[in-house]
Amino acid sequence: MAVDPASRHADPSQDAAVASPAEGAAGFLIGEAPEKDPWAEGQHAPAIGPWKLAGRRLRRNKLALSFLGLFIVLVALCLLAPVYSHSIAQIGPNTNNVTGTVNVRGHSENVVSLDGVPIGPTFTRHYLFGADTNGRDLAVRLLYGGRTSLLIGGVATLIIIFFGTLVGLLSGYLRGPVDAVLRWFMELIWSFPPVILGVVVGTALAFGGIGPIKGNSIFIPTLIIGGIYIPYLGKPIRGEVLRLREMDFVDAARVVGISPWRIMLSEILPNTASTITVFVPIMLANAILLEAYLSFLGAGVQAPNASWGTLISDGLNYISTTPTFSLIPGAMLVLTVLSINVVGDGVRDALDPRAQVRIKT
Amino acid sequence: MARFIVRRTISAIALLLATSFLVFSFFELIPNYNPARAIAGRNANQTTVDQVAKKFDLDKPFYVQYVHTMKLIFTGQVIDYQNDLNVVDQFKTRFPVTLSLVVPAAMIWLVVSILLGSISALRVGRLTDRLVMVGAIVGVSVPIFLLAALLLYLFAYKLTWFPNTGYTHFGDSPTQWAYHLILPWISIAVLSIGFYSRVLRSNLLDTVNQDYVRTARAKGLSQRRVFRRYVLRNSLMPIVTLFGLDFALLLGGAALVTETVFNLPGIGQFEASAIGNLDVPPILVGAIFTAFFVVLFSAITDVLYAVLDPRVRLTG
Repeated sequence: MAVDPASRHADPSQDAAVASPAEGAAGFLIGEAPEKDPWAEGQHAPAIGPWKLAGRRLRRNKLALSFLGLFIVLVALCLLAPVYSHSIAQIGPNTNNVTGTVNVRGHSENVVSLDGVPIGPTFTRHYLFGADTNGRDLAVRLLYGGRTSLLIGGVATLIIIFFGTLVGLLSGYLRGPVDAVLRWFMELIWSFPPVILGVVVGTALAFGGIGPIKGNSIFIPTLIIGGIYIPYLGKPIRGEVLRLREMDFVDAARVVGISPWRIMLSEILPNTASTITVFVPIMLANAILLEAYLSFLGAGVQAPNASWGTLISDGLNYISTTPTFSLIPGAMLVLTVLSINVVGDGVRDALDPRAQVRIKT
Repeated sequence: MARFIVRRTISAIALLLATSFLVFSFFELIPNYNPARAIAGRNANQTTVDQVAKKFDLDKPFYVQYVHTMKLIFTGQVIDYQNDLNVVDQFKTRFPVTLSLVVPAAMIWLVVSILLGSISALRVGRLTDRLVMVGAIVGVSVPIFLLAALLLYLFAYKLTWFPNTGYTHFGDSPTQWAYHLILPWISIAVLSIGFYSRVLRSNLLDTVNQDYVRTARAKGLSQRRVFRRYVLRNSLMPIVTLFGLDFALLLGGAALVTETVFNLPGIGQFEASAIGNLDVPPILVGAIFTAFFVVLFSAITDVLYAVLDPRVRLTG
């Protein structure tokens, strides 16, 4: 039984620290953040900070780096959607073309056949991946849908990180009634499965909108997804803050007379940074997956907007005749989530080398 | 033990009431939602809407509606808005379908993920470990509905090994029952296999460094015995908690995606269509049903914990 020399904690009595991988509908994230001791690092390598060390470890992880590259390529492709739509496919994402024809290698074919089956992949500039029931170009919708999926996932992640950290800090540092109220809200959200809660709230809000936001706006799924996952970050951050607030440097700051807000923001927040960093990719992957589930069940992105979830759902009716209709958006979705998960694992291993403890049995 | 059961039962009843009240009041908060108008249809005139409101007591104050609906639910008389179906009867006839979907799927995922997690941890850093972990991370990255679509395409349409959709009762023909359910079982199991085997591997790698494992080895127990009795047994505890909750949620209708894609007439499918129409009674019954299983399985989990770890004592 040999412990990796890079490990900061050779102490095996530490609690099991499982930063959970992204997971989908049925289960829950495990909210335990890996425990960090920011001071111990210096004992082994006095000149190098923990972040720099983590950066080095991440750079050595070729698998994580290549998936980071893949993720960047996928995002770039989706961002270039208007260019593709305008210059190559020459059709908009919501342009119907039910009665049109397309020239496939010399002969013309109906975009949507007379009995209503959309054309499959042509592998030409028009209808590269085929059409949908309304004769819309699937490749164009795939890229625009990707923009929607990534936008919702990205903004929802920002919401989760901001409010999750805020709630965790307030709840853990102030304790008392603030903690009681915030914890009650977190437990309430936490106790419903994300997909079911999201679908009920999504359907309800798509029905009437909220205030100035219309029912078919993509901000509704964004807000719902952000709101649902706040406790999944808030609870582990709260735990971390509860531990940190008892430490000597916080006492010192309190004795000197620094205001609670300053202590929270400049003493405690920096020490939760590595936990937050570990959670960013996990939350992004989960947000994108939840968006897909909601859209698939009709409670997420509303027509005429597309997302990968709605495209897979639309294509499911043609799974026997034109499987590419739902499998191509599906492949994009899986590649995106997979690349985020692999990078996330790399980041976690880099920040928490204890996860790589070697065993001989 | 008796004390444990009494205390748990009391807190369970409180939780069920709280859940139902929260879910019911949520529908009061939806902007622009008038259930009577939704039931009567888009073109109904005011008289029809009023009649509908009277039929479902929607013209009464909120708390009266709540008490009335709860009374109907517990006397088994509650009907849904859309099709005038008795919701409790629907749950009774549909629950066996959900059971046949969820129970075997849960067995598959539990056995496979314990096997894969153990193999991976025992061969850590080697090719087997890498392959299992790659498989697991792909497993957690694929949404259930997409996996279901892929399985349908490959095995039902392309290879025609399995029927595409539908359900046969176990009593009618056990072989047909299994034959129709294999693809749905796989769809549900893969995600959890990926997730559980990752968690188990990481738990095993943590547990193996504990002092009591070193002691067990030092006193000369065989590797196999140390692994089974000490390492695996202690690493299974978080899995037990996860499993209890996941299993409870699935029994309560969380398998709605799989049931929808494979057209299985279970609770989830009923719930999915009720949610799509904002049909309050089935959603309410579903929430109570799910909460019941969550409470039940959290009690069972606590008992199992006490069995797995002699240090744990049962307290309410």
